[in-house]
Order: sequence, then C-alpha cells, then structure tokens
Amino acid sequence: MIPTSHMLVFSLILFTIGMVGVLTRRNAIIVMMGIELMLNSANINFIAFSRQLGDLAGQVFSIFTIVVAAGEVAVGLAIILALYRNKDTINVDEVNIMKG
Amino acid sequence: MTAYLWLIPVLPVIGFLINGLIGRRLPKRAVAGVACGVVLASFVLSALAVTELAGMPEDQRYMENRVATWVPAVDAGGGQKGLAVDWLFTLDPLSAVMILIVTGVGFLIHVYSIGYMGEDPGFWRYFTYLNLFMAMMLTLVLGGSFAVMFVGWEGVGLCSYLLIGYFYWKPDCADAGRKAFITNRIGDLAFVIGTLTLFAWFGTLEFRPILQAVTAGQGPAWVLTAVAICLFIGACGKSAQIPLYVWLPDAMAGPTPVSALIHAATMVTAGVYMVCRLSPLYVMSPTALTIVAVTGAATALFAATIGLAQNDIKKVLAYSTVSQLGYMFLAAGVGAFSGAIFHLMTHAFFKALLFLGSGAVIHALHHEQDMMKMGGLKKHLPTTYKVFFCGWIAISGFPFTSGFFSKDEILWRAFQWSPVIWAVAAFTAVLTAFYMTRLMGLTFWGRTRMDHHTEEHVHEVPGVMKRPLITLAVLALLGGFLSVPAALGGHWMPFTLEHWLEPSLAHPEHAEGHGSAAAEYGLMFLSSALAMLTMWFGYNLYHKTPEKAAAWKQRFAGIYEVLKNKYWVDELYDAVVIQNFYRLCRAAYSLDVRVVDGLVHLVRNLTIGFSYLSVFWDTWVVDGLVNLTGRTIRTSSGALRKVQTGFIQSYASAMVFGMFVLICLYMYVS
Repeated sequence: MIPTSHMLVFSLILFTIGMVGVLTRRNAIIVMMGIELMLNSANINFIAFSRQLGDLAGQVFSIFTIVVAAGEVAVGLAIILALYRNKDTINVDEVNIMKG
Repeated sequence: MTAYLWLIPVLPVIGFLINGLIGRRLPKRAVAGVACGVVLASFVLSALAVTELAGMPEDQRYMENRVATWVPAVDAGGGQKGLAVDWLFTLDPLSAVMILIVTGVGFLIHVYSIGYMGEDPGFWRYFTYLNLFMAMMLTLVLGGSFAVMFVGWEGVGLCSYLLIGYFYWKPDCADAGRKAFITNRIGDLAFVIGTLTLFAWFGTLEFRPILQAVTAGQGPAWVLTAVAICLFIGACGKSAQIPLYVWLPDAMAGPTPVSALIHAATMVTAGVYMVCRLSPLYVMSPTALTIVAVTGAATALFAATIGLAQNDIKKVLAYSTVSQLGYMFLAAGVGAFSGAIFHLMTHAFFKALLFLGSGAVIHALHHEQDMMKMGGLKKHLPTTYKVFFCGWIAISGFPFTSGFFSKDEILWRAFQWSPVIWAVAAFTAVLTAFYMTRLMGLTFWGRTRMDHHTEEHVHEVPGVMKRPLITLAVLALLGGFLSVPAALGGHWMPFTLEHWLEPSLAHPEHAEGHGSAAAEYGLMFLSSALAMLTMWFGYNLYHKTPEKAAAWKQRFAGIYEVLKNKYWVDELYDAVVIQNFYRLCRAAYSLDVRVVDGLVHLVRNLTIGFSYLSVFWDTWVVDGLVNLTGRTIRTSSGALRKVQTGFIQSYASAMVFGMFVLICLYMYVS
C-alpha cells in the first residue's frame, strides 16, 4: 500500500512541472499542456484523499474535472487555431495587444 | 331697389377684378366690353334707383341700404358707446344727382377711352384703374357715413395717383402722381380730424343722425366751426382750392380721358359734394361759410388769371377747372348749395366735353399739346371743332347754354351775399370767357402753325370717340334747362334741380332773397353781355388780328411772365415747404447717423469687448481647469499602465505569486 504522502509529493511535483511549463514556455500549446498537468495533479490529490478517507466524493470530483478539462482543451485549441489564423503565430510573447 | 343700392358701386368692382386679374390675356375688345358694360349696368341701376326715388313723396325721398357690419360696436367702458361702422349706402336727391353724373359721364368717357387708348399696350391696366375709380367714386357719393365716404375718398385719390402716373416710365408723370397723392394727404389729415371730432361729440359717423343733431342745435358753435373748417381743408385738397390746388395742373400728365373723368368731371368735385352733403353743418357756422366763399372766390380768380397765359392746351383747361371749382365753393359759401351742385353738373358736362375735345386734338396731332404749334384746325377736324364750339360757349356763359344758367344762379346769390364777391365772380367769368376764346383761337382759328409733316397726318377722330363727344355737346348746350331760374319762368318748368335738391340741402337764413326781380334781370343781362363782349373781343383778337395779340403780349410782358410762371407758386412752395422739409429730413438723418447709430455702435463695441473678456476667461480659466484635471490623471496613470504588459505569462506569474502569498499568510495565521 502506497502511503498517501507519496501521492501528495508526486502530485506536488506534477503541479510544479505544469506551473513552470505555463510560466516559462512561449508556445501556446505547451502552455495548454502545462495547464493539463496542473489539473491532473489536482485530480491525483482528489483521488489520494478519496482513498484515505474512504469517500467516493473525491473520485466524482476528479471525473468532473476531467470533463471540464476536456471542454477547456476544446475551447483552448479553438482559440489557438483562431489566433494562428489571425496572427500567423502561436507564440504568446507576440500576442500583447492588451498592453496598457 | 333699396336692397340693391350696394350693387351700383360693386358692379364696377367686378369689372375691375375681371380686367385686373385676367385682362392681360383678354383681347382688347373683351376688356373694353367688360369695362364699359359694368359702368353701363351701374348707370342703368342708378337710373332705376333714381326713378324709384322720384316716385316717393317729396319729403321722404331717402333710401337706405345697410349691407353689412364693418366695425362692430364695442363697449368703450363707462357706459360709452365705442366706434361702430356699417357698410351703409344711402340715396337721396343729392347723391342721386351725383351717381347719374358719375355713371353717365363716366360711361361716355369709358367709351371714348376705347378709341383714345386703342394703341396703348397697357389697355387692360388703364380700364382696370378706370373701373376701380368708378367703384370708389360711387362709394364716395353713396356712402351714408363718414367712414364709407372716406373709403371712396381715399380710393379715388389712389386711382387718381395710379392714373396720373399711368405712364410711369416718364419721370414727369410719376412725379405728378406723387405730388397729387402727397398734397391730398394734407387735406385728408384735416378731413380725418374733422370726422373724428364729430364722432367724439355725436358718437356716430353716420350723416343722418349727425346732421339731424346739428340741425336741432346740438353741439357747441366753436366745435361745429372747427369741424366745418377741418372738413373744408379736406375738400380743398381733393377739389384743388388755394392753397392745395398745385397738384391739379400737374395731374394733366395722365391720359386725357382721365383728366376729363377724374380731374374735371367727378373726383375733384368730391369736395363740393361733401360740403353740400354737410350743408346743415355749414349753415350753423357763418364763419366757416365765409371762409369757404372767400377761398372759392380767391381760387376762382387766381386760377383764371393763370389760365390766361398757359400754352399747353390741357394746362389751360386744368386751371379753368380749378377756377370753376372755386366757383362751386363760392356758391356753397354764399349758401347757394343747389347752385354749387348745379354748376358741378353743368361743369361736368362742358369740362368733360372740353377735355375730351382737347384729347381729340392731341390724338389728331400725335400727342402735341402746345397750342403754339396748332392753329387752323377748324378745317381739319370739323366735328371736333363743332363740339368744342359747344363747350366753349357753354363755359363762357353764352345765354341759354348750361354754363349761363348755372353761373347766373351763382352770381345772383353771390350778389345778394356780398357785391364784392359778385364782382370777383363776374370778373372771373369775363376772364374765363377770354382764356377759352384764346384757346379756341390758338387751336382752331387762324393760320396753322403746324409743320408740314404733322399737317399731312392730321386725322379726325373715329366714331367711338365722336359719339361721346356729341352726346356731351348736347348735354353742355341743353343741360342748363334742368334748372331754369324762377325769373326766367322756372316755375313753369316740370323739373328744376333746385327744387329736386331741396330735401337734401340746408338753407341759410340770409339767403332768402332780398333783391328785386329788376336787379336779377339786370345782373343776368350784365353778366351775359360781359361774356359775349369778351368772346367777341377775343374772337376779333385771335381770329382776325393775331398780330395784335402778339403786340398785347409785348405790352404786358411783365404780367404775362408772372402769369405764365403761375405766380411762381410751385417755386414758393418748394422754397418754403419742400426745402425746409428736406432740411428736417436731413437733420433727422444726421440724428439717426450720429445718435441712434452711435448708440447702436457703442452697444456693439461693448459687446465685442465683453466677448473678448469672456473668451479669455473661457480659454485660460475654464478650459485650464479641465485640461489640468486631464493632465493630472494622465500623468498619475502613467505608472499604473506599465502593469498591463499584455503578456499572459506575467499575469499568470502574478497570480501564482499572489496565491503563494495568500497560502503563506494562511499558514502563518493558522
């Protein structure tokens, strides 16, 4: 039986990798992938605690999260596609029209 | 008939509207037909109305036709009645005589005009004015109140102005029109003052109640005198008496039939008619009557002397008209109102005849009016000569012509009033006979002074002009028999004008004849003898020995010069009245420019100054505050806007950092 703490540490590592990906990479698709990693680290947390507490609500939440993530990817990829068509790039550094 | 009296003046209005609105597009025949037709219809209606009037009992001869309310009565406050005016037309023996003269002579002159104005491009305009004139003149004589009469009074003045200035492109004609109009304004002002004074005292403008009240002795004498004098000044303007006569000779600038209709037969007699209409008022004021008589006598003599030395055929007739109008006022002034109306009527006949005759001469000579370029026309214009001859003997007072009867009546009554006035009137009659004989001599007799070209083209008038001339000639010869004096067997005549007019006119007490029949016969003989002698003398002078006439002119060169220049009255008026008026105008002008305009400019400059101040305040203070606000906000926001980098990852970093801080805080607190 794997102790819960291992799972939390794994989840933390995964979340950090995702966050660093989001903050440092310039390619929008990679940024999206970072976000997916962060979401899935949260799912691992849910499941870890679900197992420890013997409560299925956590697993239900993680299913919800996966559904929402699927929707998010669909919308996100659509945005990236539209961005590419308009700007010929998916480099987030070059998309700064909201600069004050 | 009573209910249709209003049709008499309205019929010419219809002609006026038709010709005025569409006359330009109608053929000349139609224009003439409409214009003459409505006047003839008016004449027939007048004749019917007068016949009915004659059928009434003598003392009830009065018709009244209240057509509509013009100014409704208003309560003037304090129980007083305000001004109320109705469109009231009345017919009594006096207005009956007038409408017959106006429509009868008017119709003849309309017919004559068809021939005289035949070549004129403004044919329809001419007849439009002429019809309007007829309407206004009939309104004047039929009007039963001062207000309605005043409509006609001003209306005929307007038509006179329009017709004098008919050839408006000639400066002389336009000036003459203006002169007539402005001179008449002076008289009209007095007329209005007199009218409103009567209203103030009697509370109505209608003739009947006013005259009944006056006859009953109401109203203080000084008011009646003042009113009578004011109204007489009005009559002076309209009827060309001293001092307002100057417009009439100039009015000859209009077409000749207009001179005949307006400035001889009808309009200028409106003043005489008005004085006779108000005879009950005038007999209450001997002072006013004396003024009327003296003014009339002075005008008669004064104008007759000027007539002696004029060379323009129409000017001679114009001064003769002024003189004859003076005669009528003289008659009214001495209390012979019926004599005045009688002379008005005979004068309408013979003076219209003379004017139309002179028109025929002018027409024949292609608009030559200078008698010095005429002469010997007797053989060229036989018909015109014959009718002119009738007019000449009538105006000169040849026995048993119309002028003889009417002048004789006036002379006899003048003699009863004052032998001095009689002497003036008789002398005027002699002068009249002389200048008319001179006119005949220079125009028809002797050797011609026309140039060869003109003489070849002299032509007798067409039939349409000839027939009115002949009709008027018959009237001028026989019109006098309408009022044969008692001394010549008048009471055997079935009709005398004097008797007919009796219900309309007042009789001053002094007028009831003292003076014997012998005196009357003597005076009659004396005046007609004088007239015939003068005519014979003039005939000899101008027909037989024209060179003697020239010698006479040399001998009295000084007097001749004075008369030829009309005593320099126009120049005197110019110097005394007109130049001073211009001076006043110029003073008013400079007052306007300096003071009124100065004030306006001052206000303008002040406004401009204030607006500069206002601009300064706006730019530097109001705008400054606004700009300061804007600039402050922009400067202070400079730092803040740097935060908005537009890089999604910097926002994400900030979020992560914030989350980190929150978590640290949470852990620290718990």
